[in-house]
Amino acid sequence: MRIRSFIAVLVAVAIVALLVFGLISKGNSRLAVGATAPSPTLPKLEEPGSGSLKEYRGKWVLVNFWASWCIPCRNEAPALEQFQQEHGGKTFTVVGIDTQDISDDGTKFAHEYDISYPLLHDGNGDNGHEFGTTGVPENYLLEPGGKLAWAVAGPVDAKILREQVTPFLPPKSKES
Amino acid sequence: MSPRPRRGGTAAVFAVLVALTALMLPAAAAADAPSSLRTTLNEIEEEVMCPVCGTLLGLAESPQATREKAFVEKLIKEGKTKDEIKDALVAQYGNAVLAEPNGGGFSISAYVVPIVAFVVAAILLAAAVWKWRRSSGSGDDLPAVEGPSAEDRRRLDEDLGRYDL
Repeated sequence: MRIRSFIAVLVAVAIVALLVFGLISKGNSRLAVGATAPSPTLPKLEEPGSGSLKEYRGKWVLVNFWASWCIPCRNEAPALEQFQQEHGGKTFTVVGIDTQDISDDGTKFAHEYDISYPLLHDGNGDNGHEFGTTGVPENYLLEPGGKLAWAVAGPVDAKILREQVTPFLPPKSKES
Repeated sequence: MSPRPRRGGTAAVFAVLVALTALMLPAAAAADAPSSLRTTLNEIEEEVMCPVCGTLLGLAESPQATREKAFVEKLIKEGKTKDEIKDALVAQYGNAVLAEPNGGGFSISAYVVPIVAFVVAAILLAAAVWKWRRSSGSGDDLPAVEGPSAEDRRRLDEDLGRYDL
């Protein structure tokens, strides 16, 4: 009888452990300011080959998670492209990550909004989940060392970019 | 008293197990069989996920699901088979788009647990049947029955004599 009780307890503990493991492995917390951003290799959206956020180490990078089916992403796209035109260069770039989207749709979106900054495709959304995103659009400013400096879980506009992102950028890239 | 024969009971349990296994095999084979016939959106919707919604595509109405359905319809019009469409969806969204575990890491438990559960259940069933037949067959736990006393036997003989049988 004692052996039966022991087995029953063992099975119960194993089931609870499995449930806890499942919950922990599914959970994702938002990347904290100061934490190093994940930078897996992802396919490029508009051209063959792959890229990674690591390639932009040494620059400030505004990572924009977006998707072509997302209406707020459409609303913020012109402001992001304008910001890239004004500040993009040796010390700063916007990098767009098209997430949970069909690559053809993403490519059409990029052409529609004349996006000139680099675009990567995160089809399964895993890279976004590693940042702790809960939807699109979300924006993350990385310092040249790859650590998170600022983030907003939602769309940006010209005012937000000017007032909240520009102050982080070095003087050179502040020049239009 | 000779022990009751148990061969028939064991064979019955074995037959039940074989029958259950035989019932499961066609379903498993059908699940793995490649589909080459022209497919439909409804058919695909029941087998793939809306990655953003976390539900079957057929149940999803989000903007992402709408685009995914349009993508599937486009491939159907191009004459792609179900497997080709599912492969194309995996290329776009990764393995998570399939409404089935990918067979790696933690999700392998989705394949292993039902098999282990079936085997354990079969063993427990066989053990229970064996134990039940053993206990009912030996008669050790039945109450002892005494025969009629001499007085009862005498009265019985008298009664039978009266009826002139």
